[in-house]
Amino acid sequence: MKTFPIGGIHPSDNKQWSKDRPIEVMELPDQVAIPMIQHIGAPSTPIVKKGDKVLTGQLIGQAVGFVSANIHSPISGTVTSVDVYPNGQGQRRMMVVIKREGDEWMEDIDRTPDIKRDCKLTPAEIIAKVKDAGIVGLGGAQFPTHVKLSVPDGQKAEILIINGVECEPYLTSDYRNMLERGEMILVGVEILMRAISVQRAVIGIEANKPAAVELLKALITKGGYKGIEVQTLQTRYPQGGEKQLIAAVTGRQIAPPPALPISVGAVVCNVSTTIAVYEAVQKNKPLIERVVTVTGKELKETHNFLMRFGIPASHLLERAGGLPEGDVKLLNGGPMMGRAVVDITAPIIKGCSGITVISGKDTPRGVEGACIKCAKCVSACPMGLEPYLLSKLARLQKWDMAEEHNTVDCIECGCCSYTCPSNLPLLDYIRIGKQTVMTNIRARAAANNKK
Amino acid sequence: MNELLLTVLTLSLLGALLAVILYIVAKRFHVDEDPRIDEVEKMLPGANCGGCGFAGCRAMSEALVTRDNISSLFCPVAGGEVMKSIAGYLGKSAAEKSPMVATMRCGGSCDKRPKVNHYDGALSCAVVNTFYVGESACAFGCIGYGDCVHACQFGALHVNPETGLVEVDPDKCTACGACVKACPKGLFELRKKWPKNRAIYVACRSKNRGSVVMKACKAGCIGCGKCEKVCPFGAITIDSYLAYIDPKKCKLCRKCVNECPTGAIHIVNMERLAREPKPAAPKVEAPKRESNVEPKADTANKE
Repeated sequence: MKTFPIGGIHPSDNKQWSKDRPIEVMELPDQVAIPMIQHIGAPSTPIVKKGDKVLTGQLIGQAVGFVSANIHSPISGTVTSVDVYPNGQGQRRMMVVIKREGDEWMEDIDRTPDIKRDCKLTPAEIIAKVKDAGIVGLGGAQFPTHVKLSVPDGQKAEILIINGVECEPYLTSDYRNMLERGEMILVGVEILMRAISVQRAVIGIEANKPAAVELLKALITKGGYKGIEVQTLQTRYPQGGEKQLIAAVTGRQIAPPPALPISVGAVVCNVSTTIAVYEAVQKNKPLIERVVTVTGKELKETHNFLMRFGIPASHLLERAGGLPEGDVKLLNGGPMMGRAVVDITAPIIKGCSGITVISGKDTPRGVEGACIKCAKCVSACPMGLEPYLLSKLARLQKWDMAEEHNTVDCIECGCCSYTCPSNLPLLDYIRIGKQTVMTNIRARAAANNKK
Repeated sequence: MNELLLTVLTLSLLGALLAVILYIVAKRFHVDEDPRIDEVEKMLPGANCGGCGFAGCRAMSEALVTRDNISSLFCPVAGGEVMKSIAGYLGKSAAEKSPMVATMRCGGSCDKRPKVNHYDGALSCAVVNTFYVGESACAFGCIGYGDCVHACQFGALHVNPETGLVEVDPDKCTACGACVKACPKGLFELRKKWPKNRAIYVACRSKNRGSVVMKACKAGCIGCGKCEKVCPFGAITIDSYLAYIDPKKCKLCRKCVNECPTGAIHIVNMERLAREPKPAAPKVEAPKRESNVEPKADTANKE
């Protein structure tokens, strides 16, 4: 069975809590708050103001520049305010708050449930539709999808890789999507293949999801989808990382940044993103909802909700029977890459594939020891870096040396911190180093441009 | 015996030869360095803190000696007097700068700014800042893990365990600016140092609107603008619901301190103005301001 060549860990996947829960449609909230940045790139500009009436699917945030994404209203109603509010981490974000009145959709959106397979659009038209719909990578990175699909001049895409790996423990939203919306995924894959003009697509799925592999294989034969194959991959974290998945499927390695996956002829899309692409191209439906897992050992109920964006996390937790007693750690995402949430009234956004609740007694950090130079982190790093060194360099603020040792290659997967026997917060410091070095590189580039 | 003699002779010859070579090299490749650089370096404090913008005191003294115009150079650690004497020694005119002191602009102590979550990660403000805003609900306040304390070479900063805030010892502070760079929230400012370490400043950086500030912290600036109206020197400006006292214009008249409804304007080493009795009618709401007494007591405790 294929997997990526170096590093990686195997945490217990803990998907048993929610993987058998079918997707439920979450009831509409009375009010939503929509942040104007739900993607990598420039924040969108709000184009509605207080008192405006909006319809479901109406554009409310206009993308600024190429690397940016449109934002649409997930409900219909009246805009009550456009102002700065704290997000889940307490950071200030421009948000549009909408009070719901009924559920009136934009007229051009096709809401019928039938699968529409024919697509006669040209690649440019497909990419334009994806861009208008504000689609971003739903695996968590929130990178605008139209940017990925726009293959630069002089480069050629050879293979489309669909990410159904879901290597993050606990989360099951992609898994449920593959089981229940498989046909949508396959039509979406066909559209994506058309958009980047490739003949071959591989859906990568880890071996711990045999049901999804079987089902998609059966659907491919039944529907006669040409050029699409399903590849079972060995269960290993972080296989869902773009570079790791490309290495696992094709055996090709991408050069250090700024090289992109397209440099080895690959384009990677998440399964949930593929569904969003299908809906945008065939049904004219912008990205206003997604499947979100609510899971945790201590929760009374676990769920996979199909929900509109902007609903506060507290709503989902209520449906799951409320928060367990005592201290809890609430994560936007899974335990490896997820970000702790301090404000449960903050809205769910495009990149949130799940809310994971872990009780306080399961989360405390171990007492920090000294680095014993065991090099476990070096063997675990899927990017072939030396985490102990990068962490130390960041602590000593030796930014130049950190840059020499390729700290910007770090994908922040957390394998190093997970594996450290001395409980060192390796990634916490590497992240500071990475951010500072990236700022320095950008400043240098800007200075050079001026000259 | 012969061997001994031979060894001594060889070594002596070798020594003499090397000495000659060294002498020639030293003469030939002699670098003329201004002797004044050494002298100036001795006059500088030798802290090598980088507060002047140079890599260390040596680099600064080189710049002082070689540049014709040294008015842009200033050693914040040494201060105006030493700079004047250096300029006198070099026959140049020194920059006139009044002494500065680092000021930490957050008044959200533990009792005023309650914690809403518990953090158990790496004890560094920079690390906390990459995750989220900190343990309180204020996105602008002091995180309290003391990155600035570690950055300070002069031991002028410490975290007060009672308030959870960083405090500056103005007698030790040299205004080198290391804390300004270290604080991820940008709470430090180098402000004019008044005699007897007096100071008046807005101890808040929150750009949130008043209602949001009030929820997170009882000591924050709500941007009501009362201080701006009362300031006779036009030193106070309000930007994004946040008052700022310009240290260049402020004359320490203390009128703003009594006006502030939340006690966000801190007054150090000075008494408050007695409440003016003259404007009788509209100021009946005085009892409401009893809370003003608290911050005063707070400041007194700190000193």
